[in-house]
Amino acid sequence: MISIKELESLRREIIAGRDTNKPRITVCGGTGCHASGCVDVADAFKSALKSNGSEDSVDLIVTGCHGFCERGPIVLVHPGEIFYQKVTPQDVDEIITETVGKGKLIDRLLYRDPVTNEVKPLESDIPFYKKQMRLVMGNNTSIDPTNLMDYIAVDGYVALEKVLSDMTPEKTVDEIKKSGLRGRGGGGFLTGRKWESTRNAAGDTKYIICNADEGDPGAYMDRSILEGNPHSVLEGMIIGAYAIGANEGYIYVRNEYPLAVANITTAISQAREHGLLGNDILGSGLNFDVKVTRGGGAFVCGESTALMASLEGKPGEPRAKYIHTSEKGLWDKPSNLNNVETLANVPLIMKNGADWYSGIGTGSSKGTKVFSLVGKINNTGLVEVPMGMTLKEIIYDIGGGIPNGKTFKAVQTGGPSGGCIPESMLDLPVDYERLAEAGSMMGSGGMIVMDEDTCMVDMAKYFVDFLQEESCGKCVPCREGLKRMGEVLTDITEGRGRIEHLALIKDLAEMLRDASLCGLGQTAANPVMATLKYFEDEYTAHIRDGKCPAGVCRELIMYSIDSDKCTGCGICLKNCPSSVITGEKKQPHVIDNENCIKCGICYDVCKFDAVIKR
Amino acid sequence: MSENTERPRGEMVTFSLNGSYVQADPKWSLLEAMQFYGLNIPTLCHDEGLTPYGTCRLCVVEIGKGDRSKLVASCMHPVREGLEVRSHSSRVMKTRKMIMELLVARCPSSKKLQDMASMMELKEVRFEPANDDCILCGLCVRMCEEQMAAKAIGFAGRGTDRYITTPFDMTSDECRKCGACMYICPVCELRCQGPQAETTLCSGCINTEPVCAEKYDDATCFMVPCLSCVKGPMDVK
Repeated sequence: MISIKELESLRREIIAGRDTNKPRITVCGGTGCHASGCVDVADAFKSALKSNGSEDSVDLIVTGCHGFCERGPIVLVHPGEIFYQKVTPQDVDEIITETVGKGKLIDRLLYRDPVTNEVKPLESDIPFYKKQMRLVMGNNTSIDPTNLMDYIAVDGYVALEKVLSDMTPEKTVDEIKKSGLRGRGGGGFLTGRKWESTRNAAGDTKYIICNADEGDPGAYMDRSILEGNPHSVLEGMIIGAYAIGANEGYIYVRNEYPLAVANITTAISQAREHGLLGNDILGSGLNFDVKVTRGGGAFVCGESTALMASLEGKPGEPRAKYIHTSEKGLWDKPSNLNNVETLANVPLIMKNGADWYSGIGTGSSKGTKVFSLVGKINNTGLVEVPMGMTLKEIIYDIGGGIPNGKTFKAVQTGGPSGGCIPESMLDLPVDYERLAEAGSMMGSGGMIVMDEDTCMVDMAKYFVDFLQEESCGKCVPCREGLKRMGEVLTDITEGRGRIEHLALIKDLAEMLRDASLCGLGQTAANPVMATLKYFEDEYTAHIRDGKCPAGVCRELIMYSIDSDKCTGCGICLKNCPSSVITGEKKQPHVIDNENCIKCGICYDVCKFDAVIKR
Repeated sequence: MSENTERPRGEMVTFSLNGSYVQADPKWSLLEAMQFYGLNIPTLCHDEGLTPYGTCRLCVVEIGKGDRSKLVASCMHPVREGLEVRSHSSRVMKTRKMIMELLVARCPSSKKLQDMASMMELKEVRFEPANDDCILCGLCVRMCEEQMAAKAIGFAGRGTDRYITTPFDMTSDECRKCGACMYICPVCELRCQGPQAETTLCSGCINTEPVCAEKYDDATCFMVPCLSCVKGPMDVK
């Protein structure tokens, strides 16, 4: 166990012991880079450094997610912070000899601006990073998540020291209240007020729980924080425990996040060893410990009461929340549940002060928010921006716009509980209220960009099907309502739609919102209602004209061959799996629509754009 | 909030029910209070001898004012000082009707569901009937556990695959074959087998042309009295 003073001197020692001029190679080990092969790259660096004997003169660290997943695997070389993208194991030797050894840049691995074609050797010059404000994600690039000393060296646990030495629990709650921090998991409830009501609730045993059951399709910011900087979440939890008076904490994390589970478990045992968890934390008298519980893969367990039921070992089903969980939550004791990103913001606020934090963002939404920018976008990745930035800036300036020259159609924010926002509203500043007014929501920060090739009815159907599968099935509106909503949408996408279906969808949506037991059902109709609000013409095109304008719904499209463009090369004929294309060589071919299975292979293989999809 | 439990024994809370100020025991749920005052609130998953479960959502009522009003399940919501409760507002009625439509579509063979649908004047079911025989209200599960202390049945599966069964779907030694589950099941009684027995929705009672009275001697619907005489043709779909 160490005291606050000892932790401070440990930090000074670590910093003093580090040579800032020592070359360092940083390999991104985040989720996206894992998929593009960062493990092989890191291994190649390790063996290359070993074989040329520079293991001691060059540092190699594998960090958490850097955010620019589109260009992974990412490698940073210090000194100079040179940014290399799409690195393969074959590039490793060259990086070591040229860049680390001689300080030369390797042109082909540098980022090249797709518009100006200018080379950007530094991370801070790349447009993707330039407009971001990486507060929560910032340290991801500089620390090894499995090394507590790295975290301490970047002022980790300074906030905890400050809170434990100078602040009462009440003052800590006030500071969070003053900062205006709101829940990053979806609800957007004021964190300070939540802490306060748990603090004021009657009872000696209280719990603080971290919700890491991230499940929105396409969202992975909580995963990346937990994988890349687990101690920041832990520090937030310890401060929260001190503020609300809890002695036990839980981290409920998805079992599908093995690296996050491993890293947070390592972080907890390191924190215990150094007296940051356990009895009498840093000599302050605070007793607090954290357990990791792995979820069983149910989306609904992200809902507070279902999560607590699951923690208790019961089936993950929500219950009525007419008595708040801050009064009766886990095992009927006052419980405070915060999202990963919310907790990761807490140390920043405590360290820099509430006034600093509330200076960032808009009137009602403070601080930054991490969004996972996915879908039809050039720069797929995690972006952290101050609240109030417009969607246009995020999608075009940071995200680099839509690939392949297609046009933007809509962006889905808030995952399956959110809604889509059309092009006409791209100037909308991102904050809790503005998004809600537009019929969407902040949610946990998923941002799925869609282009002209996306059918909005099909998209709504996807989310309804997702939620139908993930519904626990306890209450009638959600179980039966979503099933029937899915049936109606299937009918529309398969050409059996009737104009009365639109009224039925609205009736079902109202009932889902009003009568469902938990948030999953109450918000389940949002994707449908938002598409109906902004793209009603697409629904009517499906129903009245029997056409899918985006050419997605298989039952409603037809392939034909433009005889002017067809050269009779025969490639479509050869590739057609059901042999319905006929034609002589060098003569225009014809598709027999009667037996066509609409697989679209002919459309994809034609080199002359002669196949028409309608 | 916690003030309810701290009140001295016997002290009542006052709240507004459909515009009248009424008093209730702070331990009551809204449903219990409304039933005490003689209101007929439809419900399928509630029984006074069992823990409330809040799944059928038919007992929803509207609370709060203006933009802040919302629907809550009255079987789960405690009575609170100063609440403003509307048990039959148009939003409530519309929601109950939609839920009823879903339930009848799931389980059209049930007498109880058909009777309730008629009482709510449900005139149309816009879905394909699923012809299931269980609405998953969970009354049998709670009966078995709480009153019979057997815990022989429970829920299995998730979402649309949810069903009620014995452990591992096998004949259970825990089951004493007491029949309490069947006693409490709201939907295992077969609907009136009159001329409309094959349709998804009967609605005989709210039809201007009595479909059964003259053609079927053993009519077993809820009508006391038969409502068919007071309906005009415009009410019929």
